[in-house]
Amino acid sequence: MYAYTDFDRDFLAERNAQFRAQVERRIDGSLTEDEFKPLRLMNGLYLQLHAYMLRVAIPYGTLNGAQMRQLAMIADRWDKGYGHFTTRQNIQYNWPQLRDVPDMLDALGEVGMHAIQTSGNTIRNVTADHFAGAAAEEVADPRPVAELIRQWSTDHPEFQFLPRKFKVAVTGSAFDRAVTAAHDIGLRLVERNGEIGAMVLVGGGLGRTPMIGKVLADFVAFDDLLPYLEAIVAVYNLLGRRDNKYKARIKITVHENGIDEIRRLVDEEFIPRRAAFNGADMALLEKIKADFAAPDFVAGSGEFEAQYADDPVFRSFVDTNAVDHKHPDYTILTVSLKAHGATPGDATSDQMRVLADIAETYAHDELRISHEQNVILPHLPKRHLRTVFDTLAEAGLATANIGLASDIIACPGMDYCALATARSIPVAQQIATRFEELKLEHEVGPLKIKISGCINACGHHHVGHIGILGLDRAGVENYQITLGGDGGPDAVIGERAGPGFAYDQVVDAIERLVRGYLELRESADETFLDAYKRLGAAPFKAALYPEAKADAA
Amino acid sequence: MPRTFTPKVVTANALLEGDVVYLTAHGDWTRDHAEADLIKDEGTAEIRLLEAQAQAHEVVGPYLADATPGARGPEPVHFREAFRTRGPSNYPHGKQEA
Repeated sequence: MYAYTDFDRDFLAERNAQFRAQVERRIDGSLTEDEFKPLRLMNGLYLQLHAYMLRVAIPYGTLNGAQMRQLAMIADRWDKGYGHFTTRQNIQYNWPQLRDVPDMLDALGEVGMHAIQTSGNTIRNVTADHFAGAAAEEVADPRPVAELIRQWSTDHPEFQFLPRKFKVAVTGSAFDRAVTAAHDIGLRLVERNGEIGAMVLVGGGLGRTPMIGKVLADFVAFDDLLPYLEAIVAVYNLLGRRDNKYKARIKITVHENGIDEIRRLVDEEFIPRRAAFNGADMALLEKIKADFAAPDFVAGSGEFEAQYADDPVFRSFVDTNAVDHKHPDYTILTVSLKAHGATPGDATSDQMRVLADIAETYAHDELRISHEQNVILPHLPKRHLRTVFDTLAEAGLATANIGLASDIIACPGMDYCALATARSIPVAQQIATRFEELKLEHEVGPLKIKISGCINACGHHHVGHIGILGLDRAGVENYQITLGGDGGPDAVIGERAGPGFAYDQVVDAIERLVRGYLELRESADETFLDAYKRLGAAPFKAALYPEAKADAA
Repeated sequence: MPRTFTPKVVTANALLEGDVVYLTAHGDWTRDHAEADLIKDEGTAEIRLLEAQAQAHEVVGPYLADATPGARGPEPVHFREAFRTRGPSNYPHGKQEA
C-alpha cells in the first residue's frame, strides 16, 4: 500500500488545523453559514436531513487493518457505532456533531486518511477496481496510477472551482469492475506492443442525463498521462456550462461540442502542458509502484479442498463470494455488507474490527471497499478460508449472496440525504428479505438490482439489470423501474419499463419481474441480463404490468 | 381572488447537532413539530422566516414547510417533513432514539 510521507502527514495536519479554526469561527459567529458552507464542503462535511454527514475518502477503495480499526474507533467515539460504505468507495458517518469534526479529521490523519475533495466542484476521490493487484486476468494494477492522480488532483489550484464535481475511475482489467464508462474520465489500462498505457474515456455519467463515456484516446502512455488528464480537465474548466448546474457536467460538454472537437481542444492543450511536466511525475509513479508491490505469497492450500468438500454451507459461501486470485493458493473473498434485511453498505464498528483483525492475521493486511458497497479481502490464502468463514459467521458477515438479488446497491435515499426524493434503504431491505423468504436467489443467479432515491443516481440504477428510481409523485413516494442496464465493459443504460409503483407495490413488482425471468430463460445458465438481451423488454414488461396484459387481451 | 395559503411552520437544522428544529410562537426553537408555531397567513410566514434567518448562530438553512393542524399541534403535510419529525427508517436513530 501507499505509505504516507512526512510531507503528506504535515499537509493533513495543517489542513485540519485550518478547518478547526474555521469551525470555531462558525460557532462563535465570526463566519456566516454562507461563508462557512464552502469551507465545510471542502472538508467533506455536509448537512443532511437529520444531522451532519462526514464523507471520508478511501482512495481506490484500499485500506489496511489499522485504518479500518480507526474508522471503527471514530464510529464509536463520535458517531453511532457504524459507518456507511458508499458506491464511490467512501465511508460516510451519518451523525457527527459539528464541534467534533476537527477531532474526527485528526483521528483520520493519524492513519493517513482524510475527507479532502469528497465534496465540492473538484476532482473527487479516485476510484478503482476493487480486485486490483489480485485478479487473475488483470493487465496491470490500476492503483499506482490512481494514487498518482490522487496526488496530482489534491488541492490542484486550477481545479478547485470546476463547473461541477469531477469523477475519475481506473481499471486494469477487461472486466471493468470500476464502471469506468459511467465516470467523467474512465481509464482502462491496456497493453500495446508490450507497453502498458491507458485508454481514456470521457463524458460518462449517470444522474438526470445518463450517458456512456466515449473513447477520447485509444492509448496514452503513462509519461503523457498526467498532462493529458490535465488538458482534459482544463478544457472542461473553460468550456463547461456554469449557467445551469444540470448541464454543467463534462458529459454535457462532450455532448454539446462533440467528441471530435473535445479531442482537438485537448490535443491542443496537451502540447504546452506536456512541456511543463519535467518527468517528476514519472519518478513519483515509480516510487508509488514500489509501494504497491504484491505481498510475499505463501504456497500451499492446507486442508481447503477437504473442508470445501465436507461442508455444503461453507461450499456455498466460497462458490458465491470467492473468485480466482492470480496465485493458485489464494482467493479474493468478498464479504457481503448486505445481510438479508440489513442496510446495504453499513458495517458496525465491531464488524469493522473483525475485518481489520482478519486482514492483519490472515490476509496480508489489505482490505478493499467496492463500489458495490461490500468489503474485499483481496489476498486471502485458501488455507485460512475456513477459519475466516467461521469468524465472519460469528460477526454476521458470512452472507453468501455476492452478485445475487439481495446484493443490492442502494444510496442513502431520503432516510439520510437532503437531495433525495424518496427512500431507498427500506426498499432494498424488503427486496432482500423477500428473496430470502422465497429461497430463490441462488436459483435466479447473477442479478444486479440497484436503487437510487433521486434522479442524481448515486445508487447507479441506470446500470442495474433491474434499476429502481425513487421519486416524489404528487407528494407520494413512487418507484420507476429500468431494465437491461449494465455497468460492465460494454456498459448500457437501462430502459424505463413504464409507470412507477407505489412504495407498498414495488417489492411485489420486483418479485413478478424475477419470476417472469425464471419462466422466460432458456436454461439456468441464461442470466437475467442475457435473457433480456435475447428477448427484449416486452415479456419483462408483461411480467411487471400484468393488468396491462389483461387489458390488451 | 386571493391565493389560498397553506399553513406553514418554520423549520431548520440546529447548528451544533444538525437536529431538525422548528420555530415556536415565542421565537425559540423546539425539536417537536407539535410545538411549532403554525402560521396561517403569508405575510406572517415571511416575517417569521426572516426572524429565523437572523438566528444563524443557532440554526442552519431555515425554510417554510407546509403543515396542518392536528390533535397535539401542527402536523407535517409532505412525507419528507414527516420523516424529518422522527428519523431514518432503518435504525432507531435521530428523534425516535429519545
